[in-house]
Amino acid sequence: MSESAQSATEVIPPLKEQDDTITADTFMEGIWKNNPVFVMLLGMCPVLAVTNSTINALAMGIASTLVLVASTALVSFLRNHIQKQVRIATYIVIIATFVTLVDYAIQAISLDLYNALGAFIQLIVANCMILGRAEAHASKNTVRKSVVNALGMGVGFTIALLCLGVVREVLGSGTFLGVPLFGDQFQSWVVMILPPGGFFVLAFWLLFFAWNEERKEVKLETVKENA
Amino acid sequence: MSSPSNAALIRTLGGVAALSGLLIVLVVEWTAPIIEQNRKEAIARAIFQVVPGATSNQPYMLTDTLTLDDGNVTEGERIYAAYDDNNQLKGIALATEGQGYQDVIQVLYGYNPACQCVTGMKVLKHAETPGLGDLILKDPPFLANFDALDVSLNPAGDGIANPVNAVKHGTKQNPWEIDSISGATVSSVAIGKMIRLHTAKILPTLYPLSEPIKERTP
Repeated sequence: MSESAQSATEVIPPLKEQDDTITADTFMEGIWKNNPVFVMLLGMCPVLAVTNSTINALAMGIASTLVLVASTALVSFLRNHIQKQVRIATYIVIIATFVTLVDYAIQAISLDLYNALGAFIQLIVANCMILGRAEAHASKNTVRKSVVNALGMGVGFTIALLCLGVVREVLGSGTFLGVPLFGDQFQSWVVMILPPGGFFVLAFWLLFFAWNEERKEVKLETVKENA
Repeated sequence: MSSPSNAALIRTLGGVAALSGLLIVLVVEWTAPIIEQNRKEAIARAIFQVVPGATSNQPYMLTDTLTLDDGNVTEGERIYAAYDDNNQLKGIALATEGQGYQDVIQVLYGYNPACQCVTGMKVLKHAETPGLGDLILKDPPFLANFDALDVSLNPAGDGIANPVNAVKHGTKQNPWEIDSISGATVSSVAIGKMIRLHTAKILPTLYPLSEPIKERTP
């Protein structure tokens, strides 16, 4: 049977028959093993653009997590009613809806924060991490499992944004959460809060993750050899 | 497995779109008054910053005359008369905008008819480069330019005697000049330009009209 014919006959198991087992890995995979930023390199636009301060990184992380969790919950809830042919269009409508809700909520909470995040709140709708989760996980799993997984991914995304935001703010502005860390003599490293700084810090973190992965593999090989 | 009918596909997308519309309308209705209140509070905070000593404000619409803005007036330019605790006019906050380095910059500045000078400036909205252009928000020497920036009218009262001018960093000599920021030249010169254009347009009309609003009427 050809691949297209096979996918056409693919049937999503009814709700009751689907595996609803939630393990620690369901939540944790987004934080470490499949971190959306450091492992899957998804959602790079906000990662590079709004991480010039810790508070912006945290706000963007929380906003993205809210959209991710709410949209995966609704996609998972409706998954047996969404036909394959219109699934992407449907997911985009659902994601855009929650982005709009978050957009208004942030304006209601703080106009200063809303102005600081600028157009990047609206651009959450184009964050491929969210569409990716809807397509790869929520459309095939129960609401409970999808929400737990999305929460882990959102926390992993927020941690990644903070990893960049803290480093860039400390080096680029000499502050942490707006509080000055160094004396008046500190010459801030302005490039770190400009777009190139985002690339530098991201490269540093990716290097760290690659080094850590390699170190684990070497350790594993050594253990095998000794055995 | 047979393909779903066209009607089923339209039903799915239509149903999701209707649900989406419902959610958005509910949230817009719920947040609209809160957002409006936030905007008013942000404007009030900015007014008190650009008009030192002010504790309350009264919006007016400026055309050829000044009309109290009760929310029903649509014509004219909105200005904010700012008063102290004794209901005496401390200054008038004026909003303007102009092209910055990246995008349009919106600013609010204070004007005191008594000294015919600008008393403060606050950037309301911008998209300038972080660390460089955004120094227009927080660079103390730059902001000090607006503590008593001369915008006196000429003897005929139909223009500014000495139009505001942004000069190269460290070369300011006159009270109508703005010392620009080295490293944020385009942004700081843009602020100077928008205040020059706005004062030239509005002050010849506003200055004579400021006399009747010197005391706040209850």
